[in-house]
Amino acid sequence: MNSHTNPQAVEGWKGLAADWAGDREAFKVPWGKAMMWIFLLSDTFIFGSFLTGYMTVRISTTTAWPNPSEVFSLTINGTELPLLLIAIMTFVLITSSGTMAMAVMYGYRRDRATCTKLMIATAILGATFVSMQAFEWTKLIREGVRPWANPMGAPQFGSCFFMITGFHGLHVTAGVIYLLTVASRVKRGVYEKVGNYDIVEIAGLYWHFVDLVWVFIFALFYLW
Amino acid sequence: MESTAEHQEHPIGLYLKIWVLLFVLSTFSYLVDVFHFEGYLRWTLILILMALKAGFIVAIFMHLAWERLALICAILAPPLALMVLVWLMWIEADHTFFTRMLNFH
Repeated sequence: MNSHTNPQAVEGWKGLAADWAGDREAFKVPWGKAMMWIFLLSDTFIFGSFLTGYMTVRISTTTAWPNPSEVFSLTINGTELPLLLIAIMTFVLITSSGTMAMAVMYGYRRDRATCTKLMIATAILGATFVSMQAFEWTKLIREGVRPWANPMGAPQFGSCFFMITGFHGLHVTAGVIYLLTVASRVKRGVYEKVGNYDIVEIAGLYWHFVDLVWVFIFALFYLW
Repeated sequence: MESTAEHQEHPIGLYLKIWVLLFVLSTFSYLVDVFHFEGYLRWTLILILMALKAGFIVAIFMHLAWERLALICAILAPPLALMVLVWLMWIEADHTFFTRMLNFH
């Protein structure tokens, strides 16, 4: 390489790092935020592929698809309420998204106490969601739903259900741990010292994404 | 404090409004099931409500509406490839279905 035309060029691994980290930023946001967006984009493809797979088996099966409205109904005091648990889960997750959005706002306002409280509230709502999902799984497994068969109809129902909601539940669980970790760091003043609350917004992006995926699962799997 | 690409700050009222809106939209989509809407009406309502909810979450809660166009395009354009996948698999699934009906029924 001609060092006269490009005096800053370094060779070898250092050069590779320098080239990739050079002052050529495309996205004028903190790097952590750009990376989170790119991660979420890859996650979009994972869930998108799951849902496309679900669509494919649902269209191509010649056996009747179990009616989600009946499968996920709850019987309270003898009345059968269709999709009740799923509706409650939806509201819980939306509420957690709301508290998270406010946590981000209070973080940027340097209100550590409120930010921590709102993040913990978000994590508690997330944990509630996962608990209800565990309840739902238990109920369905007791009724004989398996990834390869179920008493209600098309056997593909079970594999789609466990795969999609399981993967989403895993994301929620990871999110709860993530939020609690960041919340404890906010409380301890780690970000106050650096003077940078971007991490809260980045964690928020992940959390809203989990809510976003649920919007699609709720519409395409439970309501369709 | 500035509200530029560096920083996202918006009044709390906005978040509360979107929150209420998402509640209302979710209630509507739940009512689609409660009222036993069937066929194309059901599917259209489900998809519209889904798109609205997803749009508000991404635009307001995830602040994408205030990001620079470079980031918005980098995030929203690639998932269009998934639409191609959906289209292809739709055709494929229909084909599988008819083959099964012809030969295994």
